[in-house]
This record gives sequence, structure tokens and C-alpha cells, in this order.
Amino acid sequence: MSEEKIRVLIAKPGLDGHDRGAKVVARALRDAGMEVIYTGLRQTPEMIVEAALQEDVDVIGLSILSGAHMALVPRIFELLRAEGLDDVIVLVGGIIPDEDVPALLEMGVSAVFGPGTNTADTIAHIRNAVASRSA
Amino acid sequence: MTRPTAIDWVPDVLAGDRRALARLITRVENRTPDSQAALAALYPHTGRAYLVGITGAPGAGKSSVVNALTRTLRERGQTVGIVAVDPTSPFSGGAVLGDRIRMVDLAGDRGVFIRSMANRGSLGGLAATSGDVARVLDAAGFDVVLIETVGAGQSEVDIARTAYTTVVVDAPGMGDDVQAIKAGILEIADILVVNKADRPGAENTVRALRAMLQLGHRLRTTLHHGELLRADEPPEEPDLDLWQVPIVKTVATDGIGLDKLADAIDRHRAFLIESGHLAERQRAGLEAELAVRLREALLARLVQERTPAAFEDVIGRVLARQLDPGSAVRALLDGST
Repeated sequence: MSEEKIRVLIAKPGLDGHDRGAKVVARALRDAGMEVIYTGLRQTPEMIVEAALQEDVDVIGLSILSGAHMALVPRIFELLRAEGLDDVIVLVGGIIPDEDVPALLEMGVSAVFGPGTNTADTIAHIRNAVASRSA
Repeated sequence: MTRPTAIDWVPDVLAGDRRALARLITRVENRTPDSQAALAALYPHTGRAYLVGITGAPGAGKSSVVNALTRTLRERGQTVGIVAVDPTSPFSGGAVLGDRIRMVDLAGDRGVFIRSMANRGSLGGLAATSGDVARVLDAAGFDVVLIETVGAGQSEVDIARTAYTTVVVDAPGMGDDVQAIKAGILEIADILVVNKADRPGAENTVRALRAMLQLGHRLRTTLHHGELLRADEPPEEPDLDLWQVPIVKTVATDGIGLDKLADAIDRHRAFLIESGHLAERQRAGLEAELAVRLREALLARLVQERTPAAFEDVIGRVLARQLDPGSAVRALLDGST
């Protein structure tokens, strides 16, 4: 009777208006049996963390194409910690220059997925990360 | 790391802790064994929130109405919990829950708590656990709990058993005439909303709905002292048993008409209380809920008590035409297989 689903928040912080990538990922995760809360465009870090709290998600997937990731991601982590959501897995997708990736991982991002990523890799990463977290 | 038990969160939920509330709801949704004790502990604290259902066809604007109605209720000083249900994919078991897209206005308001739910294969417009999740929000102290169903067609009427006031949202250009006549969903409406009322055809939709109200099952309730009354002509003496379903026009995305909707909900609530229908509804809803739970529990117990071989044996005999399905069920119940 009891069934657990991986819950994922897909959010687009910042001001760019392109959400095709986010929608493709959302659909792929749904097809992998996950429950995806899709919040739409132009989310502030505050809105994202509030939604993550209310929806009790395991994973936050951030789609960032605006180049503002080095400002947005630290702010989101700061808010997550303030709410006691330290155990939420954070993924970043979109346009992220290679040289920024180590810094993002250092901040606590679990993985960065650029253009052309196979959604199967994203799905596998999420499953592994959720499994090792609850182990 | 040992997993915390749901019952440990109950005091925090009652104290208004949003993180505990969110985590407890997950356990309830997952129907984990520990969620039952938590629900039992919360139950005495429920029954204070007013439960309002929002249903209607996909695209009519349910989420936008929920968003705008919540703003109006907040202006009136009420706190609001929202349960927004979307369908689970029957193929993958996953879901994309998009109701929050239309609810961005409510971000940052501590008097609002939004929870998206997948229906997880349940028919009827809600998830099997939506009623329990609404109870958790009730116990957490929200004044009003809005339950938004899956974009419903004609048979998704579970909401009428869960909510006290059911709002059915329609919009112009959704196949009004035919739909209004055949739609079972309109029969559960306590309030009808014509959303997108700034669009062409809105008056036609209102007319079609009004005609349906006069034609349909309301005939029964408009029999007054043996005399058939038109539903739009109130009887001379106010009849406590007669609720006239109002039709409210809204443009939810512009915040138009929501005061009227909130007023209509207030009037319906007052009607239910004064007429004694509220107690009746709650009783009927609980009866239906207990019947469903009992059926599920009895089946689970029976499956546990009989061996798989007993089921195999019976199926084999039914296949071989030695036993008919009805007798097979009796045999399984008696344990005489």
C-alpha cells in the first residue's frame, strides 16, 4: 500500500524567458516515475526555497540560462540552510561555463548538466543521490 | 541515520511549523505505516477549517481561480491551505504538477501553504489521500482549505464528499450546451463560476448553465409545497431546504469577481449551518469514507489470510467452468477452498 516517489522541483530562477529545457527535463523525470513540481518562469530564490519546503522535495533542479548562476545559486543555498533544508539535492542545468562548475560543486551543487546532456544520465544521477542520502 | 517517525512531528504541526507540516504530508501521501498514528493524533484537532472544493474541466482556470480567491480570502484575514491535485501518468507512475505556475502571487505569504499532489492512479478527481492531507492542513490551523481537483470531466465527483462547498469552474467556449446537459459534474456544484468572463460567449455560457440548473436535478429541490418553481424565482417564504446555485462571473487573472465568489461561499456556508445540511454532509462524507476504507482493509486482510495457492486454485476452477465467479468469491470468503 505504501509507495514512495522521488519528488523534484524544477524551477527557473532569474529573468531569462526560455523554459524549453526545463520542460524537457520535467517530462523525462515524469516518464522515469518521478513527481515533478514545475513552477514556471522568473522565480526568485525565495520562491524556489519556499516551494521546495512546502512540497517537501528530494531534489531541486535549477535551469539557468541567464549567466547569473554565481549569484543565484549561493543565495538559494543560504536560504535552504536557513529553512533547515540542508539535505535537499540541488542540480543545475542550462548554460554554465566550465570554469564555474568547480565553484558550484564546492557550494554544494550535486551535479551540473549542460546542453546535450542525456536525460538518462540526469535520471540515474538523481536516483543514486536520493538512494545514498536515505541510506 | 534513523528515520524520524511521523508522530514526532505532530506537536510541531500543531504549533504551525511548516517544515514538519510538509514532511508529515509526504508520509500521509505515501501511506507509510507511521502516518496512521500521526493522523489519529491530529484528528481531534480537525473540523475547524472550512473545506472548499474547486473543480471543472481542464483549461477552465481552476488554478487561477484558486490563486485569486486565496488573495481575496487573505485580504479578509483568513489563512488558506491549498491541496492541488494533478494526474499521475498511467504509464510511468510519474507526474508533472503544474498548478503552482498560476499561484505565484501567493509566494512569500506565511498565511498560505500550497501542496501539489499527484492522484497516483485514483479515479474521481482526487488522490486517495487528498482528504487526509486536507485534514492535516485543518489540524495545522488554516481557516480555509481549498482543494483543487484534477481537470475533471463528468464523473470526477469525489470532491463533493470531501468539501463542504463545491465550486465548479466553467469558461466560455468549452462546448457549453451539450456538456451542460450531460455533465454529472454540474450536479455537484453548490456554486458555478464562469471564468474568463471577459471573453466572447460568456453570456451564452451563463445562459446554458442557468438553463441546465432549471432543467436538471434541481427540479426536485425546486418543488415547493407541491408546486414546481423556476429556480431563478425564489419562493415567497424563504425555504431553508432550498439552495439556489448562484452563477458567479470572474476574470481570475485580473482579480475580477472574486469578492462575489468569496461572498457566495460565505452564504453557502451559512445556509449549510442554518439548515442543518452541514452536519448531514459531514456524516454522509464520513460514511462514504469509512465504506471505502473498510473495503480496502477487508480485502487486504483476506488476501493476507488466504494463501496465494487458494486464489490460484479458485481461478483455475473458474477458468475450467467448474465454478462461477460469484461462488468463487463465497468460497474464498468462507475459506472453504
